[in-house]
Amino acid sequence: MEEGKRLIITVLGYDRVGIIAGISNILAAANVNILDISQTILQGFFTMVMVVDIAKSQVELSELKEMLDLKGDELQMKISVQHEDIFKFMHRI
Amino acid sequence: MPFSISKDEILETVNMLQTENLDIRTITMGINIQDCRGISGDDTGRKIYEKIVTCAGSLVKVGDDIEKEYGIPVINKRVSVTPVAMVADGLSQDEMVQVGIYLDRAAAEIGINFLGGFSALVHKGFTRGDRALIDAIPETLAWTERVCSSVNLATTKAGINMDAVYLMGQIIKLTAALTANSDGVGCAKLVVFCNAAEDNPFMAGAFHGPGEPETTINIGISGPGVVLNTVKKYPDTDLGELANLIKNTAFKITRTGELVGRVASKRLGVPFGIVDLSLAPTPAIGDSVADILESMGLERVGAHGSTAALAMLNDAVKKGGAMASSYVGGLSGAFIPVSEDAGMIKAVEDGALTIDKLEAMTCVCSVGLDMIAIPGDTPAETISAIIADEAAIGMINRKTTACRLIPAPGKKVGDWVEFGGLLGRAPIMKVNPFSSAQFIKRRGRIPAPIHSLNN
Repeated sequence: MEEGKRLIITVLGYDRVGIIAGISNILAAANVNILDISQTILQGFFTMVMVVDIAKSQVELSELKEMLDLKGDELQMKISVQHEDIFKFMHRI
Repeated sequence: MPFSISKDEILETVNMLQTENLDIRTITMGINIQDCRGISGDDTGRKIYEKIVTCAGSLVKVGDDIEKEYGIPVINKRVSVTPVAMVADGLSQDEMVQVGIYLDRAAAEIGINFLGGFSALVHKGFTRGDRALIDAIPETLAWTERVCSSVNLATTKAGINMDAVYLMGQIIKLTAALTANSDGVGCAKLVVFCNAAEDNPFMAGAFHGPGEPETTINIGISGPGVVLNTVKKYPDTDLGELANLIKNTAFKITRTGELVGRVASKRLGVPFGIVDLSLAPTPAIGDSVADILESMGLERVGAHGSTAALAMLNDAVKKGGAMASSYVGGLSGAFIPVSEDAGMIKAVEDGALTIDKLEAMTCVCSVGLDMIAIPGDTPAETISAIIADEAAIGMINRKTTACRLIPAPGKKVGDWVEFGGLLGRAPIMKVNPFSSAQFIKRRGRIPAPIHSLNN
């Protein structure tokens, strides 16, 4: 099985200023390319799903996760980072 | 390749993981230790230790890495080995205990909480090694922390070895006595089986069967919480439709197991064995098989209708899961342990669930009477008789059944046992007070049923 280099970042929490900026700054600094963003706000509740490519990034996945976790705490959002395969496996045959 | 998963699908997965307790219950590495026989117990134990540490040294790290990368909790990393009675045949009871201690050390060294395979397969009779191993079980379970033991004493093909049934009643009592200061916790690490599965990844009954390859990776999934939420979302659908919804959910849960199995197998360089499609509850709130049955419309699990509800659930889980994985095996069904399931505990407390109803439910679930605490003064023959009943259900219905009974020393009905962690806590359940001793003392072998003659 080929293990790809794409991650899915999901962000959940109450809407506020600077969520996307805060996260994309971290990604840019780590040389992680954003392939797709979609976000919605439902009754003040913010959800964002990002597809990113880490092929050119020198930062370890665990380190990236840690940085995003810290950011999540700062923004009071729940940020999770997962390899894309878990979604592909669950929803596509 | 473009990414084609919708946002709703992504959020569904994230929700399963974050709020519905979806996890991989265990990555279990099966290791053949038949090449580890030495000249003595000490020598054999040392060889087994070295093989386990060599083969499974990176198991915990690989499991943890997968957890981080895919965001799916991998709760347990475990090892199962060839039944020790086969490998150590010819050794004495004391030497068997020595081997058990080496197994415990190996488990500690590689950082796993349980290691299975201190086992014997005696469905048709004992070898000298089987006898020595079984006699060594109480001391081994008392002196070790991580070693799990199992004895297969019946199959559909061979019938029931009633000599072993008789003996295991006494062994269970003795194991409880030697671990009396912790409510007989030794018995929580001891399972007796009918039709034991050679590739079962779940403890305490995991062992690496003689038909298995050198090493293998077996995955045990979980996910009662996910199924529970599905059932809750559809309070009014008819049962046919509900079965279908459970199938869809089981499919998704199992796919995560399939993914983790493939990745772990690749990284460890070990062939992928099977995914076990079991709904394995934990004491955590919402992670309960009992809650699923109750959300189908039963006031308490144990009420009339529980067996039918469980049969439907068990079958739907298998159907959905079988489609999702390339290799399905192990026990594959819903587990109904008492101490490990908050809903089961509550039902026992409320008087809704008795050992007799649990026995009926084991006809249609994946295993058997699991993690049931009974009064400490229950006679060994009564324990043997409970085992015989379970074995008969398994033998006639061509399925795996098991007993993991804890006759908690000094405790009586109304008291509690506390094991902590995954093993949980349980109220002492009432057993039938009438004697089965004469029947059990007849011993011998119950012949294989007529439908075993299918060649």
